[in-house]
Amino acid sequence: MPIEQPAKIDQTLQDANLQLAIYSATGRLMAKRKDAISPDVCPDYQDLRTQANLVKKHTIENLDYYLEIVEKAVAARGGKVVYCRDATEVADFVLKLAKERDARLLVKSKSMTTEEIDLNERLEHHHLEAVETDLGEYILQLAHHKPYHIVAPALHLTRYDVADIFAEHLSAERETIPEKQTLMARVALREKFLAADIGITGANFVVADSGAVVVVENEGNARLTSSAPPIHIAIAGIEKLIPRAQDLAVFLRLLARSATGQPMTVYTSFLSGPRRGGETDGPDEFYLVLLDNGRSKLLADKGKRESLYCIRCGACLNHCPVYRKIGGHSYPWVYSGPIGAILSPQFMGVTHDPWLPFASTLCGACAEVCPVKIEIPRILLELRGEVVAAKTREKSNRWERLAFRLYAWAARHPSVWSAMGLAASAVAPDVPAMLNRGPIADWLSQRDLPPLPPKTFRQLWREREGTGVR
Amino acid sequence: MERDTILHRVRTALGRTANEAPAEPPPVYLRVPDWSLEERIRRFTEALEALGGRVYRAGGTAAVQEIVWEILAGRSAIVSADGLSGIPGVEGPYHDAARIREAASRVDAGITGAEYALAETGTLVLLAGPAEPRLISLLPPIHIAVVPVARLLANLDELLTKVPDPAAQTSAMVLITGPSRTADIEQILIRGVHGPGEVHVVLVDSETG
Repeated sequence: MPIEQPAKIDQTLQDANLQLAIYSATGRLMAKRKDAISPDVCPDYQDLRTQANLVKKHTIENLDYYLEIVEKAVAARGGKVVYCRDATEVADFVLKLAKERDARLLVKSKSMTTEEIDLNERLEHHHLEAVETDLGEYILQLAHHKPYHIVAPALHLTRYDVADIFAEHLSAERETIPEKQTLMARVALREKFLAADIGITGANFVVADSGAVVVVENEGNARLTSSAPPIHIAIAGIEKLIPRAQDLAVFLRLLARSATGQPMTVYTSFLSGPRRGGETDGPDEFYLVLLDNGRSKLLADKGKRESLYCIRCGACLNHCPVYRKIGGHSYPWVYSGPIGAILSPQFMGVTHDPWLPFASTLCGACAEVCPVKIEIPRILLELRGEVVAAKTREKSNRWERLAFRLYAWAARHPSVWSAMGLAASAVAPDVPAMLNRGPIADWLSQRDLPPLPPKTFRQLWREREGTGVR
Repeated sequence: MERDTILHRVRTALGRTANEAPAEPPPVYLRVPDWSLEERIRRFTEALEALGGRVYRAGGTAAVQEIVWEILAGRSAIVSADGLSGIPGVEGPYHDAARIREAASRVDAGITGAEYALAETGTLVLLAGPAEPRLISLLPPIHIAVVPVARLLANLDELLTKVPDPAAQTSAMVLITGPSRTADIEQILIRGVHGPGEVHVVLVDSETG
């Protein structure tokens, strides 16, 4: 099938500095994860994965039940659950609240869910100032870039890029030392935290029976976002629920170890409702926005529903040979890497970017490192089938279907298969050259066909049986 | 209404009906290692110092005051009611939100207690409450926590065994594991981004106060 890929892929492949940046950053994250799950420090890693998968499966399959539980629990703690079907409804809710409370300045901590709905752009359009406060996201917001990686959003930028961005937007001297750049951001953002009217965070987990959101981070910006302004809004996809606080023992361990190789992130905040009577500080109002945005549609597909188990650790990106070459901006949506390759077609429709499920070697590394055991390669295959079916409906590719039908017939008839094998091995050295001139030359321009062996597997097997070696 | 639409869509997708109770969730998975007090102290110290934090041991209140005095070395500080009083030059405890906020954003160090500490990961567990504001452990560049050794638990699993639902006790439980850090620029580790860049924990042998 002819596959149209974005030009961004070629650009990325040709940028040697960017290639090095992606390769070393993902490599470092891989090494750290490996240390953090090694049997001497995390002997029950595989049991934790199994448990996480079971808990997610149970919650997702009874999601309506847990949504109603969390709704009641949040209300009991003085907060309010706000359901939103899509991006517009989230923006409308925040805008309405901002107007009622006369709010002008919002601070935000890193949240993939709000990236998904372009919340900042929508708010800025209505003259509200929404400031990203995670260092990486802050740099990206100033430069108008999309996150490059789920956990390392500014992975594609060097300190020199950051120096240019800060010099332009903070009207400061050009500063190339990362420590000093970080201090500049701390000073600029501290002012925003203390002046902000509303703080918006995401949620790594929503604990149903506690009516609480759990936010993990390393910088302290999510703590400030949820503690300093008088209003805290947490925005979460409906799939983020877990039944009980005690389940966190499993999920927190897996998330930090899989994402950055830390045993625990620096800060884990467990937040339920606004400040209570007697407590000295914290927000006066708490809202939990539960966002659908296509998730309920995805739920209907039993075979692919598990895509919603994802806890956004980014391990599949780091381990993916494709992500490590084409980088985060080659993917069509905010979610990149293997998880992006299965989420985007399901959210946007398989015909939106039909190349995406094919941009995988199916090596299985993503499934092996997934802390909640999402079978990404299997889902990619299902999506490929859907793309092909959609294409067939559009314009059927007769030759390709004929070729596969012939292949299937030969594979079911051992004598034919064996004869074809013998014929192929007779002309073995010439086969790759022959194919390069044939109808699949295009396809082969991106792939190296290994040389055909001079003997078929069946021949080798017979010879082995003859010598008695197994 | 959005709520009903979403719940209806979810139920339809799952083939469930309203008010249909689910099967029991999988049993919780909690593993609490049996570590002696000395083992917990050793592990806590190792884990926190590996992250760039500092751990001290004090025999009693007088010793704690001396250690904190030395850490401060003349720098300004605010204390929470759960922290430690009686150190000259240290402000607080305050009970007024505006005053806490003003002082915490001005001084060099915030001195707090901690409800628990977790040995495996070098973690402090703070529960926001009348005696423990959220901002004292967050705004100043230095955080000093005074923790009785009896509060030293083995790990997160033990914490969640003792506190199965943190929401029952506080609007905000925060687990603090080392100094604030980032690696967002070229994966270079930098401490003290938005939260404290220094974390000092004084383990006290006997309960104070």
